[in-house]
Amino acid sequence: MKTLFAALLLAPAVALAAEGGAKLDAAPVNLNDRLSLQRGAQVFVNHCLNCHSASAMRYAKLMDLGLSESQVREHLVLAGEKVGDAMTTTLDTKDGKAWFGVMPPDLSLVARSRGADWIYTYMRSFYRDPAARTGWNNTVFPNVGMPHVLWEYQGSQAMEAAAGGEARLVKGSPGRMSTGEYDKYVGDLVNFLVYMGEPARVKRVQIGIVVIFFLAIFFVITVLLKKEYWKDVR
Amino acid sequence: MAATHKPPVTGAGPLNGVLTWFDQRFPLMALWKSQLAEYYAPKNFNVWYFFGSLALVVLVIQIVSGIFLTMNYKPSAEHAFASVEYIMRDVPGGWIIRYIHSTGASAFFIVVYLHMARGLMYGSYRKPRELTWIFGVLIYLCLMAEAFFGYLLPWGQMSFWGAQVIINLFATIPVIGEDLAVWIRGDYNISDATLNRFFAMHVIAIPLALLGLVVAHLMALHETGSNNPDGIEIHENLDPKTGTPVDGIPFHPYYTVKDLVGVAVFLIVFSAIVFFSPEMGGYFLEYNNFIPADPLTTPVHIAPVWYFTPFYAMLRAVPSFFNMQVWGVVVMGAAVMIFFALPWLDRGRTKSIRYRGPIYKAFFAALIVSFLVLGYLGVEPTTVWGEFPKALPLLGGDYVAIWVARLLTAVYFAFFLLMPWYTARDREKPVPQRLT
Repeated sequence: MKTLFAALLLAPAVALAAEGGAKLDAAPVNLNDRLSLQRGAQVFVNHCLNCHSASAMRYAKLMDLGLSESQVREHLVLAGEKVGDAMTTTLDTKDGKAWFGVMPPDLSLVARSRGADWIYTYMRSFYRDPAARTGWNNTVFPNVGMPHVLWEYQGSQAMEAAAGGEARLVKGSPGRMSTGEYDKYVGDLVNFLVYMGEPARVKRVQIGIVVIFFLAIFFVITVLLKKEYWKDVR
Repeated sequence: MAATHKPPVTGAGPLNGVLTWFDQRFPLMALWKSQLAEYYAPKNFNVWYFFGSLALVVLVIQIVSGIFLTMNYKPSAEHAFASVEYIMRDVPGGWIIRYIHSTGASAFFIVVYLHMARGLMYGSYRKPRELTWIFGVLIYLCLMAEAFFGYLLPWGQMSFWGAQVIINLFATIPVIGEDLAVWIRGDYNISDATLNRFFAMHVIAIPLALLGLVVAHLMALHETGSNNPDGIEIHENLDPKTGTPVDGIPFHPYYTVKDLVGVAVFLIVFSAIVFFSPEMGGYFLEYNNFIPADPLTTPVHIAPVWYFTPFYAMLRAVPSFFNMQVWGVVVMGAAVMIFFALPWLDRGRTKSIRYRGPIYKAFFAALIVSFLVLGYLGVEPTTVWGEFPKALPLLGGDYVAIWVARLLTAVYFAFFLLMPWYTARDREKPVPQRLT
C-alpha cells in the first residue's frame, strides 16, 4: 500500500515523459458539416466497428446526421442489428485479447478522452515495424496493439532516422488514396468520433445562445429594479 | 377556541386571509420580519457580499439537479459509467442536468472560496461572529466530503484513482491505517461496495448535514448581525427614534433586489460554462474520466479536481520522516482545520483590512498568493519547473516545484500561526464611527 501511494505521488513525473513525444496535427472538426459526419459514420462502421464497440451509441441516433431510418438500416447497420440497438462489435473479448493483446477499447467517448487532434494524428502515423506483433507501429502510440487498418487507403510508411537524429516518417508503397484524400478520409472519421463523443454538442451551443440572451435581459431588469429600490438609500 | 391573540396580517391584499390563518398557527410573520423585512444589514455591502447568497443559489441548483440525476443514475460498478452516458444521450434534457451538476460542483467551490476570502478580508470571523465562522468551516468540510464522494460516482478512471489516492491517505496513519482504509472502502479494493456507500453518503448523509449547517450558519449570522467592509458594528449606533441601526437597511427589499443582480451575473457565467465549455479545458470534467474505471490500469497523471489542488500540493511537498508518510496527510489536514482557530489567533483591534496595518496586509497577500500558486502546482506534475542544477549544494537535482511548494506551505501556515504576534503589533489606522 505504501509503495502504491508513493508510486502515485511520483506518477506525474512519468506522465510528461510519455506524452512529450509526437507533435499533434489539428483535426478538421466541423460538426455542422453533415456530409462529412455521414462519411465518417460510414468509415466507422466499415473499419472500426469490426473490433471496437461504441456501446453508448445507438444506430437510431445516426438519424441526427440527416439520414432517414431506411438509409441508416441500409448503409450503416451491417450485422443485422435493430436500429434501436447499441453499436457493439461482434468481436469476442477472448479473441480480441488473443489477437491484439488487449480487447480493443470502446470508442464511444474516445474523442473526449484522447482529443480529436490525437486521433487525427494517430490514424495517420502508422509505420512498418517488423519487430511489432502486427507488423505496424505508431509514432503517437508506440507499440500499439492495433494494426494499420486503413493501410490499403494510406499506403505504408517507414520510420527513417534523419541526420539530426530526429526520426521521421517517409512514404513507402502508395495506397489507393493520395495523402490529401487520406487526410480528408481520416478527418471525416475524427469528425464523426467527436460527434459520437457528445451527440448533444451542436444543440448545446444553440440552446446556450438563447439562454444567455434571456439571462442578459433578466440582468438588465434586475439592475433597473435594484436602482429603483435603492434610490432612497444615501 | 379562537386561534390566538395575534392581530390579522395586513398589506398582502387577497392573501391576507390565508396568511393570517398561517400566522396564527405558525410564527410566519415573526420569521419574515426577524430574518428579512426587519433584519437590518449594513448599507455598504460591496461586490464581495454577493457570494453568500450565491452559495445558497448553488446549493439549490446542486440539490435539484442531483435529484434528477439520481432518477437515472445506477450506483453499481457494472452500470454506473454507462448510466451516466445514458443520461448524456438518451434521457431527454439529461445532458443539461448533468452539466449543470458537474459545473455546479466547481461553481460551489469558487463561490465558497470567494466567500471565505471576504470573511478573512473584513474580519467577519471575529467576535461576536466566531460561531458563524465555525459553522462556515464545517460547511466547507462537508462540501469537500460531498465533492469527494460525488466524484467517484461517474466511475471513470479519475473517479477511481482519485478515490484510491485519497483513501490511501488514511492508510498512512500508523497502526490503524490499513484497517481504516478497508473500513472506508468496505472492501480490500475500491469496488461496487465502495461505490454504493459513497452514493449513500453523497445523496443523503452529507446533504442532510450540509442543510442543517447552512441553517445554523444563517441563524448565527442573524443573531449577531452582518459584518461589513468597514468592520464596524452598526448595532452600536441606533437611531433614538426608531431604535434601528442608523447605518442599516432592511435586508428585504434592499438586499434581496441587489442580490438578484448578483444571481443574474452568476447565472450568465454559469450558463456560459454549461453550454459552451462544460469540460472547462479538463478542469471541471477531466479528460481521463471519460474512460471507464479500470483497476488494472493506473493513469500516468493523477491530479485531483482543481478545488483540492492547493492541499494536494502541500501533501506532495511534505517528505516522509521516520519512515512514515503520514506527515503530508497531517499537514494537509492541519491546513484545513486551522481555519477553526482563526477567531482566536487574531488579536488585531480592527476587523477590516481597510484599517489594518502593513504587516497584516503583507501576510494576507502572501496567503492568497501561496494558495493560488499551490493550487496551480497541485494540477501540474512535480516536474513542471524542472530540477535544480546538479552542482547546487543541498537542493541539487531536486524538483524546483517541490521546494516552491514547501516554501509556500510554510507561508500559508505562517499567516495563521504568526497571527497572534503580528496582529498585536501592527500599526493599524483609526476606525471611523460611521460606515464609509
